Amino acid sequence: MNKGAALSTAEPKGASRWALRMHSLLIYVFFYAPIVVLVVYSFNDAQLVGDWRGFSLGWYEAFLDNDNIQESIWISVKVCVASTVISVVLGTMAALSLERFRWWGQKAFDAVLYLPIIIPDVTMAVMMLAFFNETSQLLNLIPGVDLSSGLEKLVFAHVAFNISFVSVVVRARLANLDATMEEAASDLYANRWQTFRRVTLPQIMPGIIGGALLAITLSLDDVVVSSFVASVGGTPISVYVFGLARKGVTPLINAVSVVMLSASMLLILASLGFQRATQFAREEK
Amino acid sequence: MKKWIALVALIGVFSIMTAACGSDDETSSFKQCEAGETDGDLAFYNWTEYMDPDLITAFQDEYGVTVTEDFYPSNEEMVAKVQVGNSGYDMVVPSDYMVSILIEEGLIQPVQEAAVPNKGNVDALFANPPYDPGAEYSAAYQWGTTGIGIDIGVTGADIPHTWGLLFDADLAEQYGLSGKISLLDDPRETMGAALKYLGYSLNSTSDDELAEAEAVIKDAVSRVAAFDSDQYSELVVSGETIVGHGYSGNFLWDFEEGESEYDYFVPEEGGTVWVDNMAVVSDAPHPCTAFTFMNFLLDAENGAQLTNFNWYASPNGAAVPFIDQEVLDNPIIYPPDQSKLEYIADTGDFEINFTDSLTRARS
Amino acid sequence: MKRVATPGLETQAVKEKARQGFLIGLPSIVYLIIFFIIPLGYVIAYSFATRSRSGRTELRDWNVDAYVRLGEDVVQAVAWRSLWIAALTTVICLLLAYPLAFYISTRRPVIRNLLLVGIMIPFWSNFLIRTYAWRVLLSSDGLFTKVVEGLGLGDGRILFTRPAVILGLVYGYLPFMVLPLYASIDRIDWSLVEGARDLYASGWKAFRRIVWPLSRPGVIAGSILVFVPSFGAYVTPAILGGNKESLMGSYIVDQFMDARNGPLGSSLSVLVLGVMLIGTMIYFRQGGRNL
Repeated sequence: MNKGAALSTAEPKGASRWALRMHSLLIYVFFYAPIVVLVVYSFNDAQLVGDWRGFSLGWYEAFLDNDNIQESIWISVKVCVASTVISVVLGTMAALSLERFRWWGQKAFDAVLYLPIIIPDVTMAVMMLAFFNETSQLLNLIPGVDLSSGLEKLVFAHVAFNISFVSVVVRARLANLDATMEEAASDLYANRWQTFRRVTLPQIMPGIIGGALLAITLSLDDVVVSSFVASVGGTPISVYVFGLARKGVTPLINAVSVVMLSASMLLILASLGFQRATQFAREEK
Repeated sequence: MKKWIALVALIGVFSIMTAACGSDDETSSFKQCEAGETDGDLAFYNWTEYMDPDLITAFQDEYGVTVTEDFYPSNEEMVAKVQVGNSGYDMVVPSDYMVSILIEEGLIQPVQEAAVPNKGNVDALFANPPYDPGAEYSAAYQWGTTGIGIDIGVTGADIPHTWGLLFDADLAEQYGLSGKISLLDDPRETMGAALKYLGYSLNSTSDDELAEAEAVIKDAVSRVAAFDSDQYSELVVSGETIVGHGYSGNFLWDFEEGESEYDYFVPEEGGTVWVDNMAVVSDAPHPCTAFTFMNFLLDAENGAQLTNFNWYASPNGAAVPFIDQEVLDNPIIYPPDQSKLEYIADTGDFEINFTDSLTRARS
Repeated sequence: MKRVATPGLETQAVKEKARQGFLIGLPSIVYLIIFFIIPLGYVIAYSFATRSRSGRTELRDWNVDAYVRLGEDVVQAVAWRSLWIAALTTVICLLLAYPLAFYISTRRPVIRNLLLVGIMIPFWSNFLIRTYAWRVLLSSDGLFTKVVEGLGLGDGRILFTRPAVILGLVYGYLPFMVLPLYASIDRIDWSLVEGARDLYASGWKAFRRIVWPLSRPGVIAGSILVFVPSFGAYVTPAILGGNKESLMGSYIVDQFMDARNGPLGSSLSVLVLGVMLIGTMIYFRQGGRNL
């Protein structure tokens, strides 16, 4: 990985270098402009978002007082965690199966796996609605499944689109890896599971983490599918906000968003910290 | 390739399966409830920000049950959920035309008068609504109108009360409204307003009348800033638009926030009146708790508390003495002349034409 | 690496490996059949079904009316307009994302990670709230409008116009372009480029001959990830465009949520899926299938 030397020539010199920097800077400004607006107006002492009336923490108090919103956030978190875990496991397995094996019918599976990615949200939402519409009675017969709680439906739907995204990301990583390491390991009489745990898994970890991040983002951010699927006691925060926005966008929504944003940033920082810590530990060995 | 054939076959099998069991027989007889009876925790499916949380708390304390409240942004979304069956919801709050659809679909059950003694509190005006003759399946919750909210700080108070403010090119010129108009993004309401402007019923099922209304909207599109069912009142108050088409209560809430002078009226040609109603879902897991809750909300003082909270008019006649005077005196909440108001009625098969018309008008 | 073995054992090993591969894939196969293929089957069934008077989709009186209606002018207009807007969004995203992805991949690892996480963070707030924040920025006295007018770039009031919709879509889906592009540019072996430069190829030539072809998988993946949601988007056109032009996403939602016309909504969904399938297939043909 002698990349450093080559990189220096990859980066253009002179004027175009500055143009590139400016361009990148402007895009980050573009990314963060609405976020700044969102944060600033969450401290707005007014009923309406766009109309600045002075600083206040009132909307954060309102947030703390509002059990419905907190309930919704918990639902989102639960659905997000459950759907991410399931889709990461299934998606990684699918990626391995497609990338490291050859079997009859693989092409068809490959094609089906791409469908959830190329299908627009609206179509997916409609499919889920029709599906639960027709089969919820049948599904309720499965022991341990109780669709009336709503949570399961959300998890089922989110996993259905997340599997594909996770497997695509993991596959990209797998495709880049040399299979020789794995073959060497299995030649050394490690069984498949050992080979996977000791050799493959650590190498595809960045792909899995990337896939998980993507799954978390898609699950938390999904409004369309969730709003078609949500039911009793299962309104996730994105759907709740959708409803709230219809009655008027108050800075309460901004406050909710800032809280969620801060929480997820803390989570990312924590996981980055954890990653570094394990990296150091590994390097010291 | 064989896999694909198998998949297609599978899909076929499934469609046949559902076609076979699609015709559920409806022989259910509903569980009988007594006044004040509860049979478990309540799952209440309501519009967002439409219920005073204190009333929920009071009900929970009085009857020792827990209330779960979920929210929907539109009637259609609520129906989509309830239609699935086993939705788990006990009580919903559909608007007028949706009540008749729910009845037709067998999705809500008759109100058990024995369990809801306060039903008599409902004002005579709402005791026999066209969408539910005899109010057999529903009890009115709140009502309001659809009309025009306008920034009279810009236009002056002396404006004609007509739908023309939204649709007429000359009036738009005269008051500088071009590009400052918002219409509801709702086929029935928006086409309805144009039909009313032309002097027709907003439930017209005449293709010609609807085509005329479509032409009115098409002509107006170039002057319209947005089709918006959510933010119309904020747009007026923030100055982004001057005149908006929308619901009474929302305008009222937001006018409080603005710095200009505002007015809301239902145009002289007439407009929509809507009533949201409490109804108990057919497969409600806890119907008795639901009826008890319905009774609780129909109580005179509780009904008044609701109106004082959300600023929509109360259909509860007995509640009037307990409603704040400023609410009762507000002509926006309680319009003095109700003779020209019309309910939106379900038009059955014609319904899809309203959506098609609106789509054509703006594309 | 080749093992010397009898042909019989060899085929058996191959068979065994195929079986293992199938078993590893099986959970996802089963899951996707239940929660994706069957739901898709229902939508297809709905598209041939009948709308009851009260708006329920009834699986009887199978017909193709909903497909006949796809030929109407309105539907065609909506479809072409949506395609055009989605294509424009994709091209703009590509033009914006390519240099950025290149820039990121030439940073030191620490900064690179920070920049990548920095792209994701805004997307951990709520999609609707971000879009409403744009509405504040784009309003007549909003910051965007003032900056544009301050710079003398003409009338900055674009709220409730098509440019506002495209801006919103680009904002929403740009990360989906940046991330795959970054992944493929990052893989490029720069010594190749260096070699080309040493052979007196111009910078542009080196880019066109080496960098661009090597980054093509990323371009394709990113384009699909941007094009698809843009084509079906309905929240952004409503909030930033004022819903003045009917687009595919809102048209489908209107069918289900206003007209309660399940068959037409379903046939439109099938149409959209068909367009996407054909589009991606053409795309894959052109550039290999490595997403």
